[in-house]
Amino acid sequence: MSTLRILLIASLLGFAVFSAKAETQTEPQIILPGSMMGHGDGDMAAMDRSIFFHGILDQAEGRIGGGQSGFRWSGQAWIGTDYDKLWLKSEGFALGKGGVEDGQNEVLYSRAVSTFLDLQAGLRTDWDSGTGRTWAALGVQGLAPLFFDYEVTGYLSDGGHAALKLAGSYDLLITQRLILQPNIEMNFYSKADLGRRVGAGLSDIDAGLRLRYEISRKFAPYVGVAYVGRFGETARFARQEGEGATAVQFVFGIRSWF
Amino acid sequence: MKGTPLAESPDVGRRRFVQGLAAVTAAAALPFPLRSALAAPGPAPILSGRDFALEIGPVAANMTGRPRMAIGVNGQVPAPILHWREGDTVTLAVTNRLSEPTSIHWHGIRTPADMDGVPGLSFPGIAPGETFTYRFRVPQSGTYWYHSHSGFQEQSGLYGAIVIEPRGGYAQTFDRDYVVLLSDWSDENPETIVSNLKFQPDYYNYGQRTVGTFFADVREKGLGATVSDRLEWGEMRMSPTDIADVTGATYTYLVNGKPPAANWTALFRPGERVRLRFINGASQSIFDVRIPGLKLTVVQADGNDVEPVVVDEIRIGTAETYDVVVQPAAEQAYTIFAQAADRSGYARGTLAPRGGMSGLIPPLDPRPIRGMADMGMAGMDHGSMGGMSGMDQASMPGMDHAAMGHGTMADSAPKAPGMAMSGETGTLTRGVEVDNVAMMPQDRLGEAGTGLDNNGRRVLRYTDLRALKPGDDKRPPSREIVLHLTGNMQRFIWGFDGKKFSEAQPIHLARNERVRFVLINDTMMEHPIHLHGLWSELENGEGEYRPYKHTILVKPGERLSYLVTADEPGRWAYHCHLLYHMEMGMFREVRVA
Repeated sequence: MSTLRILLIASLLGFAVFSAKAETQTEPQIILPGSMMGHGDGDMAAMDRSIFFHGILDQAEGRIGGGQSGFRWSGQAWIGTDYDKLWLKSEGFALGKGGVEDGQNEVLYSRAVSTFLDLQAGLRTDWDSGTGRTWAALGVQGLAPLFFDYEVTGYLSDGGHAALKLAGSYDLLITQRLILQPNIEMNFYSKADLGRRVGAGLSDIDAGLRLRYEISRKFAPYVGVAYVGRFGETARFARQEGEGATAVQFVFGIRSWF
Repeated sequence: MKGTPLAESPDVGRRRFVQGLAAVTAAAALPFPLRSALAAPGPAPILSGRDFALEIGPVAANMTGRPRMAIGVNGQVPAPILHWREGDTVTLAVTNRLSEPTSIHWHGIRTPADMDGVPGLSFPGIAPGETFTYRFRVPQSGTYWYHSHSGFQEQSGLYGAIVIEPRGGYAQTFDRDYVVLLSDWSDENPETIVSNLKFQPDYYNYGQRTVGTFFADVREKGLGATVSDRLEWGEMRMSPTDIADVTGATYTYLVNGKPPAANWTALFRPGERVRLRFINGASQSIFDVRIPGLKLTVVQADGNDVEPVVVDEIRIGTAETYDVVVQPAAEQAYTIFAQAADRSGYARGTLAPRGGMSGLIPPLDPRPIRGMADMGMAGMDHGSMGGMSGMDQASMPGMDHAAMGHGTMADSAPKAPGMAMSGETGTLTRGVEVDNVAMMPQDRLGEAGTGLDNNGRRVLRYTDLRALKPGDDKRPPSREIVLHLTGNMQRFIWGFDGKKFSEAQPIHLARNERVRFVLINDTMMEHPIHLHGLWSELENGEGEYRPYKHTILVKPGERLSYLVTADEPGRWAYHCHLLYHMEMGMFREVRVA
């Protein structure tokens, strides 16, 4: 799987370099955070086709308790214009012994299609100590009424498996800097996959409640609780391996972005 | 005095330290005439005459205690005050000592199009190491300013005041004359600011609603009203606390380049009449200005004399100018207090009989909250949606309706590409670049603005502005150009009619044509709309005495109109003067041919 990760990073870098090169001749122009590159833009009346580049690690946390302590990450990065972006997503659970569980990397093309909605399509690869699969991905990411962030993504694997992932989160401002974030992620599968130890139907839920303090917008330590639930056959697979079907864990980590 | 720098030799690449926090010695202000009095305080020198050499280069600045590089002129931030005389032909040799292209735009000055200084429209810009010589006749008098029109250089300090002395003498009497140039400074790079806004549009808003304000509202308005209010804003995915995109969280607000602690000071002797030339040279800030203890007599707006009107406070939109006369009677210090519109900070200076004095600094007003009127939904009952009552309301007395058939204006209203305009609200719909369409835009010229109405002070309103002399062009407009100010806050995209600059076609005006521009603000932000090269005659009910302006601050949910005579050919920039709105698309070309 590491080859694939390298590919992902290389494609991102390649895209960035290509865009930066293209910029030296015409629009669009790339704006990197903290850089002075925008100043080179002296011969244009406006810069509304600029390329921006951001990444966020929403979760980078230790999880303790429930017999499944480890490290969990979840992040996204994108580069592009208002309408067209290359979007990367990565999440997973690193176990104590160096194994990875439920890891997923996605590389997507993202297109702004309405006021608060982006359409995304691309590839997902699993990153797991067990069997990993490669999936075609098609989904939407947006901002729902009342400021709920959500993602709905459907997947079709090389082995004929279909999957659906729902994710949502909400920022509740207790003060201007102290923010409580409930979030939930649910995975559904069309049929059981022994290799990946998942059953058909609702397979698992990862929900959390994290209280972060924004020392700055881009750097916020947090504490919270996470609930991991496995259902149906997936729960049975877990129990067979001596794991509980559900766990409530204490989490602590840092949310950061650039 | 010829136009060579007074304070500095034009030493190439020389970096002058602009001391921000150091104490400022207020030199003894000299009485009238202007050129001596202006030179008094602070480091901003005045250059006067007909020939000027301006060198744009990096300048070391320290506004906050942390050293940063700014961009200045002749080693100065702000750039030197330029003092011209009406009717003179001025020559300005502008040399670029930066490593990137630059430009100077003479804001509000009626130059020929090729002297207007907008890269890509007027000229190619000034390449590093090169000198571009501007030369034009100055056909007007009043207070104006100049600034870079390249990238984000204006945010980095490239702006200065222009004072043009009238040939026929001043319409007002005054003993002293000061420029009060307001601006905003950030230690962050402007590119970082806009990049932050693209990722998190409320990045700089630390005045948002919280759990605490929810319960405070429940106590005040009741649970039902509070919940339905939250649902309403939540449905629109907008925040009523969104007053300014960039705030005091990163900005230090400056008076003549001085942060509040440095206390820029202007001197007076009790009983004297002091003319203060307020210029909003900020990149992204609107200021509410007052001098507690003094009445402000507004005598000029955007360089043009108006009937004096006495107020306590003025809202000055980005790029606007107002000249006021004050007459401090007591031997005391008075604070020039300029709050940012979102109350996240203030710029401050002092009027004092001696240097080193400080007046009381008032507390910031409470943070304002937007209402449904700011969404263009004033008093909207859903049954009458799509009706035209909003438009009727907006028809103003000074609109010369008798002189023009309604049919003419509707028929000749240009249609935006890809958009059939059935009415003024037309078929503009929400989309990637439009997060709101004002269903019931209102005439709001009689309002002072968000956070000002009913604050207990007499605040200047656009309906207070009456020109001292009637307008030059008596013709009624032959057609109407309706433009929507649009945006999507969540994506930080801005534009006209749902299109960014890069997606839009120029607006064509025939040479010497008289047209009416109608602006409908569909966003919940104020937009200071600036038309280069031609006057914007605001239709505020004063008929022939409507004020001539170069920048018009359009309130959220507002519909207003102004007349334009296309008497100068060429390619002109037309844009929101909030720098980050302009660069992110709220920009059009107006082509007069």
